[in-house]
Amino acid sequence: MSGKLSMPVLDVQSLKAYYSTLRGDVKAVDGVSFTVEKGEALGIAGESGCGKTTLALSLLRLLPSGGKIISGKVVFDGTSLGDLTDEELRKKVRWKGMSLVFQGAMNAFNPVFKIGDQIVEAIKYHEPGTSTKEAWKRAGNLLELVGIDRDRAQNYPHEFSGGMKQRALIAMALCLNPRLLIADEPGTALDVIVQAQVLKLMRELRQKLDLGMIIISHDLSILAETCEKLAIMYAGKVVEYGDVFELFKEPLHPYTQGLVGAFPKVKGPRTKLLSVPGSPPDLLDPPLGCHFHPRCPYAMDVCKQTEPELLKLGSKEHYVACYLYPH
Amino acid sequence: METENASQQLIRVEELKKHFPLKTGLFKSIVSRTEVSVKAVDGISFDIGKREIFGLAGESGSGKTTTGRLLVRLLEPSGGKVLFEGKDITKLTDRELKPLRRKMQIVFQDPYESLNPRMTVKEIVAEPLRVQHVAKNEDELDERVKQILREVELVPPEEFLYRFPHELSGGQRQRVAVARAFVLHPDFIVADEPVSMLDVSIRAEILNLMLGLVQKYGISFLFITHDLAVSRHMCDRLAIMYLGQIMEIGSTDKVISNSLHPYTQSLIAAVPVPDPSSKRTGDVLPGEIPSPINPPSGCRFHTRCPYAHPRCVSETPLLVEVEEDHKVACHLYSGRLSTSFS
Repeated sequence: MSGKLSMPVLDVQSLKAYYSTLRGDVKAVDGVSFTVEKGEALGIAGESGCGKTTLALSLLRLLPSGGKIISGKVVFDGTSLGDLTDEELRKKVRWKGMSLVFQGAMNAFNPVFKIGDQIVEAIKYHEPGTSTKEAWKRAGNLLELVGIDRDRAQNYPHEFSGGMKQRALIAMALCLNPRLLIADEPGTALDVIVQAQVLKLMRELRQKLDLGMIIISHDLSILAETCEKLAIMYAGKVVEYGDVFELFKEPLHPYTQGLVGAFPKVKGPRTKLLSVPGSPPDLLDPPLGCHFHPRCPYAMDVCKQTEPELLKLGSKEHYVACYLYPH
Repeated sequence: METENASQQLIRVEELKKHFPLKTGLFKSIVSRTEVSVKAVDGISFDIGKREIFGLAGESGSGKTTTGRLLVRLLEPSGGKVLFEGKDITKLTDRELKPLRRKMQIVFQDPYESLNPRMTVKEIVAEPLRVQHVAKNEDELDERVKQILREVELVPPEEFLYRFPHELSGGQRQRVAVARAFVLHPDFIVADEPVSMLDVSIRAEILNLMLGLVQKYGISFLFITHDLAVSRHMCDRLAIMYLGQIMEIGSTDKVISNSLHPYTQSLIAAVPVPDPSSKRTGDVLPGEIPSPINPPSGCRFHTRCPYAHPRCVSETPLLVEVEEDHKVACHLYSGRLSTSFS
């Protein structure tokens, strides 16, 4: 999926990450490929349990015990991350190259340390030469960057509201000037207005710092307004991938069509809400063929036997894995 | 709404208030006589018609949930009245309230916490029937439970009867909670953010399911949500709450398509639009909802309002009717101030 003039910041090729359990392997990420260019935002959408978060964690090799990257390649800035040792990865890539805004801003901070201390800790660990005074100054600057008064660095997390914690978490992720920010469900659990504020902040930061971004969410409407590219994940696989305009104008995969139709709109005509009946498959033993076929209204015989490949359709940047389209 | 025929009303709320007292130290409570309290709901009035779906929207901390609980008297109000079929339920004893409980039910926000983990689906759904002595015998009870499970699309019901909540997905749990609320065929149901904990794709199913049941049984429905897009989809009438007070109320179409209050407008502007070509243009409302312990004077929204005026600080605007079935509490519309902004 390359072919662009410049080299992408992140190039992921058929990444597979499984969790081993007593009952077998849970195929949480099963052959996912995508690229993120410099300064570009990619949205990853899908239901709970489709492997979005595992994907984010495996990019930084942060999988919990039991989770393992089976195969595939993650090339960040020309370096294949699989070739690095843990130490090199920690020193060179995490925080400085790619940094992760974890899901659940409410609980991501340590409650017994001041917000400032936690940001300073990250700075000093990765840049040991920095003086404490300098690091605190930087922490203050970062908080100002995300719209929090710098004096609030002296506060404990419980003194922050939900929206401020989310902002502070973004500030912390930016503390070593990464080139790519991965945000896992940045808007969830926040109120509409606060969510809109956070999304606006992320759009501004992206422009100001020329950041690449991967935004993970189950909410397509959030991604529609922040990303240029979209990957729709279902049961560990990308089923549709492409330019966000193309994807919304003409969703091709039946799953994407279901997701797009599931949103009530606040403007425009009132439409009946569509839904995707059924629930996502058990990733221990996903259905044969296309994983979506048990829920698909258009399922054909071929869908039940062989898995469709993610293929480019037409001349535009739009890929779909579905037998409804020329294969 | 005064013009509406009273017989069409099921619920009438008058100047309802709920203040939660805050604990203060012994010394403080002796020295200062003023009681410190969280003014969660502070004087709201509205009514809900028969077969009407009434929406209550606003940010966290605006008092939506407290209002919902007051309406089915899960909380004791600090003042005001709730008339259910003309009868003030705020004064009733528990014994007098019990027959009314059959007529009003609630679906809670979090299906992971609202179902007893030690009860099976059958026990959960049958409990209201048992408490109200509705079923004559076990067979009838069984039949009622199975029937409602079929209606919430937990099919075949036999497969779900003896499962525990932990064996169900989030969407299935919320279906059980919906079944429990609808099993008595009540006249009135409060649904408190019933889909906010669910995935988007499951949300649509639960919303459509509830809409279908409410219409089928002609139930009056109070739908609490922070998502205006969802309330537009669901509700006939809508009230926008901010810090315990109603800012705007009226038919959903009017409140959403012709929103007058600056707060309503900013709530609508904050809803993400699932269409990349309509990139958000309007500015996002800055700041966060102030503390309900010491709410701002005058109009409670004046601290965040882009159109705030000295009068908004000193004088509380009243809810005034600007067109049929559309009221707003804002000095911009109370006549004396120019209404030059669009």
